[in-house]
Amino acid sequence: MGNKQTIFTAQQLDAYQDCTFFTRKEIIRLFHRYRDLAPQLIPLDYTNKPDVKVPYELIGSMPELKENPFRQRIAEVFSEDGEGNMTLDDFLDMFSVLSEMAPRDLKAYYAFKIYDFNNDDYICKSDLEKTLNKLTRNELSEDESRLVCEKVIDEADLDNDGRLSLEDFQHMIVRAPDFLSTFHIRI
Amino acid sequence: MASNFGFSQDPHHMEAGLESPVDERVVLHSFSPLIKEASPSSEERREAVEMQDLAEEQDGDDQAFLSSSALVGRGRGRLGAKQVNPLVRARWSAATQRVLCSMPSRTIGRSQNAVISQCYNRSVRRLRRQSQPSIRDFSLSARPSIRGYRMEVTSEDEENTREQLVKNLQALSAGDRIRMLRAMPINMTEKSELRKLACSFKEKRPRSSTGISFFSRVKYYVIITLQHGWCSWLSFLQSLQLWQVAVKTIGGRFGTGVLSYFLFLKTLLLFNVFHFFVNGLFLVIPQAVNPPRPGAAEISFTGLELLTGGGYFTDTVMFYGYYTNSSLNETCQPSLKLTCAGAPDPAGCRGGDGATQMSYNIPAAYFFTTGAAFFVTCIILVYSMSKSFGQSFHIKKSRSNLTTKVFFSWDFKVIKKSSVKLQAENLCTQLKELLSEVNCRQVEKSQVQRLSWLAVHALAWTMCLASTLACACLVFFFLDEHHPLSPNDEASLLALPALVSSINLLQPGFFNAVAWMEEYDSPSVRAYVAIFRNLLLKVSVLGVLCYHWLGKIAANSKSLGLTCWESYVGQELYRFLLMDFIFTILDTLFGEFLWKLFSQRVLRRQRKPVFDIARNVLELVYGQTLAWLGVLFSPLLPAVQIIKLLLLFYMKKTSLMMNCQAPRRPWRASQMTTFFISLLCFPSFLGAAVCVTYTIWMLEPSAECGPFRKLSTMAMSGKSWVAELVNAHPKLAWLCWVHSHLVENPIFLFVVAGIFLIVTYFHTQVVDGQRKIIVLLQEQIENEGQDKKFLISKLQMAHEEKRSTSSPRQELRSREDSCMD
Repeated sequence: MGNKQTIFTAQQLDAYQDCTFFTRKEIIRLFHRYRDLAPQLIPLDYTNKPDVKVPYELIGSMPELKENPFRQRIAEVFSEDGEGNMTLDDFLDMFSVLSEMAPRDLKAYYAFKIYDFNNDDYICKSDLEKTLNKLTRNELSEDESRLVCEKVIDEADLDNDGRLSLEDFQHMIVRAPDFLSTFHIRI
Repeated sequence: MASNFGFSQDPHHMEAGLESPVDERVVLHSFSPLIKEASPSSEERREAVEMQDLAEEQDGDDQAFLSSSALVGRGRGRLGAKQVNPLVRARWSAATQRVLCSMPSRTIGRSQNAVISQCYNRSVRRLRRQSQPSIRDFSLSARPSIRGYRMEVTSEDEENTREQLVKNLQALSAGDRIRMLRAMPINMTEKSELRKLACSFKEKRPRSSTGISFFSRVKYYVIITLQHGWCSWLSFLQSLQLWQVAVKTIGGRFGTGVLSYFLFLKTLLLFNVFHFFVNGLFLVIPQAVNPPRPGAAEISFTGLELLTGGGYFTDTVMFYGYYTNSSLNETCQPSLKLTCAGAPDPAGCRGGDGATQMSYNIPAAYFFTTGAAFFVTCIILVYSMSKSFGQSFHIKKSRSNLTTKVFFSWDFKVIKKSSVKLQAENLCTQLKELLSEVNCRQVEKSQVQRLSWLAVHALAWTMCLASTLACACLVFFFLDEHHPLSPNDEASLLALPALVSSINLLQPGFFNAVAWMEEYDSPSVRAYVAIFRNLLLKVSVLGVLCYHWLGKIAANSKSLGLTCWESYVGQELYRFLLMDFIFTILDTLFGEFLWKLFSQRVLRRQRKPVFDIARNVLELVYGQTLAWLGVLFSPLLPAVQIIKLLLLFYMKKTSLMMNCQAPRRPWRASQMTTFFISLLCFPSFLGAAVCVTYTIWMLEPSAECGPFRKLSTMAMSGKSWVAELVNAHPKLAWLCWVHSHLVENPIFLFVVAGIFLIVTYFHTQVVDGQRKIIVLLQEQIENEGQDKKFLISKLQMAHEEKRSTSSPRQELRSREDSCMD
């Protein structure tokens, strides 16, 4: 409103504001957080849309993501190249979806993609096992893990093809009203 | 959660919350042509694919069979563990899978956005992979994706999808467009491109200059300005960022459950700030600027006043007795240029002769300010309660416990390493528990066991109720016999608050001990029972106190030697608030800090004590009830409450960091937040409002102090002010009529309350009916799933038969060929 900033043009800021759930101030603050990851890589002037990416190692070392078992998947899902190296757009996108203002369907879509380790648009048994291992840090025994996967597919698979599609996943979300508050990273 | 509270909402919140069916219908309408476009193309692909060799299909089947052979033999529980399940899923032929994947439920999902975005994303991804897809893309995916079948991708596909998306965006209004853009699961670069295209196209449209009339243009201008103002005010509020870092640290270390306590504290703080602001602006400042004639004797300030609220503070703006019962008259002389505080009185400074009068009627201001503040607080409370109730509404079905735990219970907010480790351990334990619950059978209770269970529970409840009654009687007798009313013995005035606070502190321990011998079905039932018992105790103690103050003291104030009973009650409430705070400090110190030392050094336990969320929230609600009760008698009490809440936040945070750990059981944050807000609304606010209303309407104010002296009830001040107003301005006679017939007439209030109750009843019936429908629909979905299973297996059998009849034919043919060679 009153502060002059030289990082973005007015149109860029408007575009960011319309496409994410952040206000102008928050976008600037997030830009500085992004830049702090690699100050020598990211220029202070984004008006000509430089094509810079922050490598995954730096993203994964952010305090908000460092201990998250799904940090690699999160970075892969939101990055353009699918490897975890994020541009500023990807960065803003990621935290916008993970903010508390994102609607349930949007979060469900991305949560589904995060849990879909092999990117085949389905959560199959192997995806489930990997999810479980990440969640419990491999504490569950093989038998228990297998049992849990079977039961989950039992409960959630509505069209009975042995794996969970996005529709099954969204159907499950209706029964978990806490999802909106747990699938949320504060930055 | 603070974000549910009306104050901190901003347009982003409101937009995110709008997932109404109306929006979905709009989306459906605008995106359905695109879906219709998509399906024929997939059908074409399917046909093209069907024309492939039978041999290839067989290969695919064999592959599928080989890879899934490991899964054979794992029958589903329902069909019996021993037999091999004929529906073992991955054994389906490619033909069956193709049919499966082109089912309508796959191509038209619940979230239209997701489908469109998937279409769009896939087409964009296709374009990017210009070269042949790599081996790992040849997954055994059943979708008619491009990867498995090496089809050519044209850039026209992507262009078509994008054009359609842009067209659909343009068809929406500006607000809807932004909402749609934000909710689309497409990456940011594409989103900004779409937005640019959608907006630029709109600008090219010629504006009709003669269409809008002057009046509507002015109206739009006013609306837009107001909206801008409101948005900037909300963004200013947000930018204050009270405790942003602290909240993040707490959430990062302890998770959502404990965080909900602190967010609740923040909500209460905002309520009190609002109350303080209203009171300060309309009551305190006008009175403070015009002090009344000095009272009897000058009392010096001793430190004890801070605790007792008496002495020096009695005759200050802080308490009811200080306020005058007349209008404040400011002389508006042009030379002095005095500005008068916000006067509701329409009589302004008139020009002409020198000393004109501007009067601010304190009694009317007192009456209307209190009423308005309570009314606005009520609206905000009911609104946030209904909103959080809507969010936490879900059908309880134990079937999906495991899925919910696996996918939706990991708290992404937790960022500290040890807390993450703890969360993983907890999740592991809960999964194991759930598995064991599912596996072992439920033991049926025998008659004797059930009777003994009932007897134990009945005994526990009797003990709790008896102890509550005993405490209430203790307070009652203490009030009758020992409580001094004379202000001489100031320190002993603190005895009653200390007694009540110690009851509030020690009695829950007794309840816990009683609950220890009881057996509950689930831990959440245990938590609710404990909260209910504590609530009962607090309500009964507060009830006794209110009866004493409003019943006895107000009625017999002269015989008890009190000149100003309202100030006395205000001081009592101030003392109670302060004592509550002191005891909370002591409890934090002894309960958490020393207990941690004790358990770690003496008992040698690894785990630190757990932060009891429910009990702490109940304490907050109790404190807020006291503040609301006392605001009529002490307009500055919200300020005291604000200071108390600020100090409490930092104290609890420090204690939490040092001494406690997160609760072991998962905390249903959304349900409990609803519960807290409804606790705040129903016993707490309603009780306070009822007491205040009773005081205003029924009780006779004291004759020698306060703004309502010499009136029969406090409500008369409003009436007399309106009468005065009408006398000064006869044109406002309708206001007097409105006041006497609507505000004072009890019948009108009864009618309004009756209508309110009827509407509430209808709504609950509607919600009940909807719940029943939801259960029926769920059953229907399950039945449809069974139907599908049946049909799929039939389809599979048909395909297998076809193959088995065709492959002997093939073998015959090949044998013939070889024969012929």
